[in-house]
Amino acid sequence: MSPRAQVYILAALLTLMGAGLTIYKHFELGFPLLPGEYRTVWTIEAKVGFTAEGGPAKAALTLPREQRNMEVLGETFSSSGYGFNVIREDDEYRAVWAKRRATGVQSLFYQLDVHQTPGAALEQPLDLSTEVVKPLLGAREQEAVRQAIYSLVETGRQRSSDIRTFTSELLTALGDSRNQDRNLIFGYYKDRSFVDVALLVLAAADIPAHRIRGLYLEDDRRRLAPEDLLEIYDGKRWVVFEPLSGSPGVPKNFFIWQRGGKSLLDVEGGHNSGVTFSVIANDVPARDVAMLSTSQEKEALVDFSIYSLPIEQQSIFKLILLVPVGALVVVLLRVFVGLRTSGTFMPVLLAIAFIETQLFTGLAIFVLILILGLWIRFYLSRLNLLLVARIAAVVVTVVILMGAISVVSYKLGIEQALTVTFFPMIILAWTIERMSIVWEEDGPYEVVVQAGGSLLVAVLAWWVMTNRYIEHWTFNFPELLLVLLGFIMIIGNYTGYRLGELARFRQLVH
Amino acid sequence: MQLPSFLRGGLVSPFKLRKLGVLGMNARNVHYIARYNDRDKYPVVDDKLNTKRAAKRYRIPVPELIAAFETQPSRTRVMQVIEPLQKFVIKPARGSGGKGILVIVGRDGDDYVKPSGSKVTALDIQRHVSNIHSGLYSLGGKPDRVMIEALVDFDPVFEKYSFEGVPDIRVIVFRGFPVMAMLRCSTHDSDGKANLHQGAVGVGIDLATGKASHAVQRGLRVDIHPDTQMPFSDLEVPGWKDLVSLAASCYEMTGLGYLGCDIVLDHKRGPLLLEANARPGLAIQIANGVGLRTRLEHIESMDLEQLEKNVEERVAYSMDYFAARNAR
Repeated sequence: MSPRAQVYILAALLTLMGAGLTIYKHFELGFPLLPGEYRTVWTIEAKVGFTAEGGPAKAALTLPREQRNMEVLGETFSSSGYGFNVIREDDEYRAVWAKRRATGVQSLFYQLDVHQTPGAALEQPLDLSTEVVKPLLGAREQEAVRQAIYSLVETGRQRSSDIRTFTSELLTALGDSRNQDRNLIFGYYKDRSFVDVALLVLAAADIPAHRIRGLYLEDDRRRLAPEDLLEIYDGKRWVVFEPLSGSPGVPKNFFIWQRGGKSLLDVEGGHNSGVTFSVIANDVPARDVAMLSTSQEKEALVDFSIYSLPIEQQSIFKLILLVPVGALVVVLLRVFVGLRTSGTFMPVLLAIAFIETQLFTGLAIFVLILILGLWIRFYLSRLNLLLVARIAAVVVTVVILMGAISVVSYKLGIEQALTVTFFPMIILAWTIERMSIVWEEDGPYEVVVQAGGSLLVAVLAWWVMTNRYIEHWTFNFPELLLVLLGFIMIIGNYTGYRLGELARFRQLVH
Repeated sequence: MQLPSFLRGGLVSPFKLRKLGVLGMNARNVHYIARYNDRDKYPVVDDKLNTKRAAKRYRIPVPELIAAFETQPSRTRVMQVIEPLQKFVIKPARGSGGKGILVIVGRDGDDYVKPSGSKVTALDIQRHVSNIHSGLYSLGGKPDRVMIEALVDFDPVFEKYSFEGVPDIRVIVFRGFPVMAMLRCSTHDSDGKANLHQGAVGVGIDLATGKASHAVQRGLRVDIHPDTQMPFSDLEVPGWKDLVSLAASCYEMTGLGYLGCDIVLDHKRGPLLLEANARPGLAIQIANGVGLRTRLEHIESMDLEQLEKNVEERVAYSMDYFAARNAR
């Protein structure tokens, strides 16, 4: 295989690999492709309150289970003085707080952060019991109620084609205050809630159903009581209904806390118990959400990456990951334009310094140090020093110049110039040395051309490296470096003319 | 594709250049240098001391080497060597792009005279030697060796075409076939240096006759030397065939497929190989007003039998095929 073909195959492989990893990270792990994407993270706090009776106290709160449309990012329990653990009971998780002696009003907190995963449909497991317990309505005074219930069921059946439409129909009838049967039923079950009555009628119609407890997620809500939804079994699957509207499906922003009929809270050794909820919405950068949600599964791609480093090292890496981008700029300008610079990748180092110092301060400091350095170098060259000693002398001079610039500018109140320390000193010293040779051999014009070329490349590299999209992509998708590598390899195969050559060989055309 | 001229600025269409067979830098690097020049043969040309040794083996005449300092020499040692000399050249063995070459043409008391007439002291020379040793002029800043060479006694033919400097002839040799040649004449602008981008005149030389065919200064066509006012149409390199043969035989000496030979004409000894270059520049195309690529591709299209010719046959072939009258 010819080297050229190898380059293309290798570049294609690298590009595919990098792009594939990126796509996987975006779609499977939820890393945002664009910077500045925010996701809403809901913080739900459940407050369990009761009045303890002085003896041993125990409170058990049912915890939400994993669900498809909501992702739990983290949970915290506060339990001052209480022993705490989470137990699993009949497929449900319960938080249990216990204390030997407790008196007075007690408050226990459970807090969790959830994130609504976009687009995923709610799909609950079908493992709940589908047995129906028919209501007992034997006594004579209940005869009228029984008649009313069966009349409702009968009318519903006539107006529907299957269990779903029947349930919708029934819930609409139960909400219609002009319906006589409905009024009779509610008159009898005065103390029961709408969902209780609906469950009763559904049981009479032989439809397995249960209650769903949960919360509507709205920002800044306090002392919320849990709300109820209905879930019926249509013979194949469980379907959720919003009881008042009678429409199927989980309402938007509804967070399911508990499915099935068991109690939400059990308290022993206390009275006046209750659970209230408060909800707050936070806008969190999408990347942080992705990081939190993947950390639980320990995704290898994330676990063995820069993210596993301490934050301080991460910020260093953020800069290092930009170097290849700078190198690409140099390659592009060399191969396609043909700019002359002093030192091939020196402009990239300059660009990194510019990132820290801001562009104009950086440019000013660079030109100042270069001019002063050249001037001192010309004097040093008359002292007949050995080369290494002379460059070392220039390094020391550069350091002194930097110190002087920092101090003077600080006294003048220009804090910006304090960032001068980010300049790579050795590189500067060598640049000064090279420039002075160029000056001696090719004249000052060539110095201006080369220094200007270097600065132009550095400014362009700086411009690309500080682009927020580039910054976002290099840090969050380091695998894009493989794509970059493939691209550089392909550029390395370019045999066409450089832009500069189109001018240089102009005379040949005429 | 034709853009309006105000959009193109001073640029020409790349398709036109391609049609004219102009070789670009990228194509030179990928198609010719990377393909025909083996890395392990570079040391022969990159180190001028090696070139000199190899040339001796192949009986290729070179300027006389007076001394070479392998290590940093003492001041007295340098002085000892240059003391009896009136004219000499100090150069780094691994210098690139003609950097670090110091030419001395005479003495004035204790001082040394450069071709431009300016003077340097013994101390300056000492410092120059020290800089060369430290690797200031070598690729990658590696420590280098210092060569002291006899100054070539230039053929007076070029006196009228060169100002304060050293005229040399560059011949591009591809797979042993000389394909293009030019004469570089220094000018007042170029400060005595035979460097085209500093303002030296590049004179394209017809491979068949050794006569000037075209001359360019700073990208513009010229007919006379800007300093001496001599018309280039009268210029003819004496002993042209010997010179071309010398260049062609560098192929055997270096083993490099794509090669640039820098040759000077000595008054008595004839053509001398100054240095060989594994990465010759492309300015020769401008000097000749002709693209290199068509010529290189012609050589590439030859069959193996033709490529196995000896030096004389190759030179004869090139001088005939690439003659200016054929306009190829």
